Amino acid sequence: MKKFRTAILAASAAHALLANASPAAALAHGDPARGKAVYERCLACHAFAYDRTGPRHCGLFGRRAGSVQGFAYSDAMRHSNLVWGARTLDRFLTNPLKTVPGTAMGYAGIADRQERADLIAYLKRVNDSAECHGQ
Amino acid sequence: MFSFIQKQDTTHLSIPANPDDETRRSFLGHSGLLLSGAAVALLAGRDALAKGGQSGASDARILNTALGAELEAIAAYQLGAESGLLQKPVLDLALTFQGHHKEHADVLAKTIVKLGGQPVAAKEKYTFPVDTLKSQADVLRFAAMLEKGAVSAYLGAVPVFGNRELAKAAASILGDEAMHWAILRNALGETPVPSAFMS
Repeated sequence: MKKFRTAILAASAAHALLANASPAAALAHGDPARGKAVYERCLACHAFAYDRTGPRHCGLFGRRAGSVQGFAYSDAMRHSNLVWGARTLDRFLTNPLKTVPGTAMGYAGIADRQERADLIAYLKRVNDSAECHGQ
Repeated sequence: MFSFIQKQDTTHLSIPANPDDETRRSFLGHSGLLLSGAAVALLAGRDALAKGGQSGASDARILNTALGAELEAIAAYQLGAESGLLQKPVLDLALTFQGHHKEHADVLAKTIVKLGGQPVAAKEKYTFPVDTLKSQADVLRFAAMLEKGAVSAYLGAVPVFGNRELAKAAASILGDEAMHWAILRNALGETPVPSAFMS
């Protein structure tokens, strides 16, 4: 009986979580080929293999924001407590200045959910490729 | 890894001598006049700049990021000019565009100071993908990629300035860099303006 009640509670909690998850919270499936074109917008400041005006993108996934050795981050980014992954990137790219007020990335963001997903898929693909190995 | 450290030595920033210098100086003078509308608005000491407050600090940060990218562009064109890969009249074009970036950087730095910020300085070293630059077309493609990125960066910055005069000035620079991109594409034999909108 106790096991049954625990299972009911667990199911209820899972249901509540699902019910609270808005459709917007689900990440779109990204196409890295389309993401490559979106990444061209980043090329004034970023590269994969080396730091420029912005930090390098190799090693991005799982990296704590503001942690690339030798790169001069804003205080806001260093103290953002973000760890880069698909969800945090999606949130940041939606509105960088709102997600990390005081970030040096003075950019309005990418409003289109699919474009963000495509960009993140491209970032992931390159991070998993030889281009980023050894970075 | 294709990194190459390019030392930016200000003693080597002189423009190589060529018979078209006078024409280029004249052209730059005129282009400077065209830019001056936005530049003067920035540098005229408008009250809005002085009393920027929190928005002023944010605007200065945005401008400093732009300044960092402009300084890198100046170094990139210098690398192209000194590569020996650019032939006239493409070399002159590159130097003209570099001159524009110098003007942008100058205006941005002065505006940042006006906003109470500290302009970033040019890096002692920049990393460029020199291993991939083997021909004039490679250099032009590299420059076009930077210019297109710059257009997108300014486009993304325009809506987030607290001060609309700064947004207007950023849009003025955006227009200039979009022209660079189109002309570089044209020099590569590509469609100069491939779409009706930029993103």
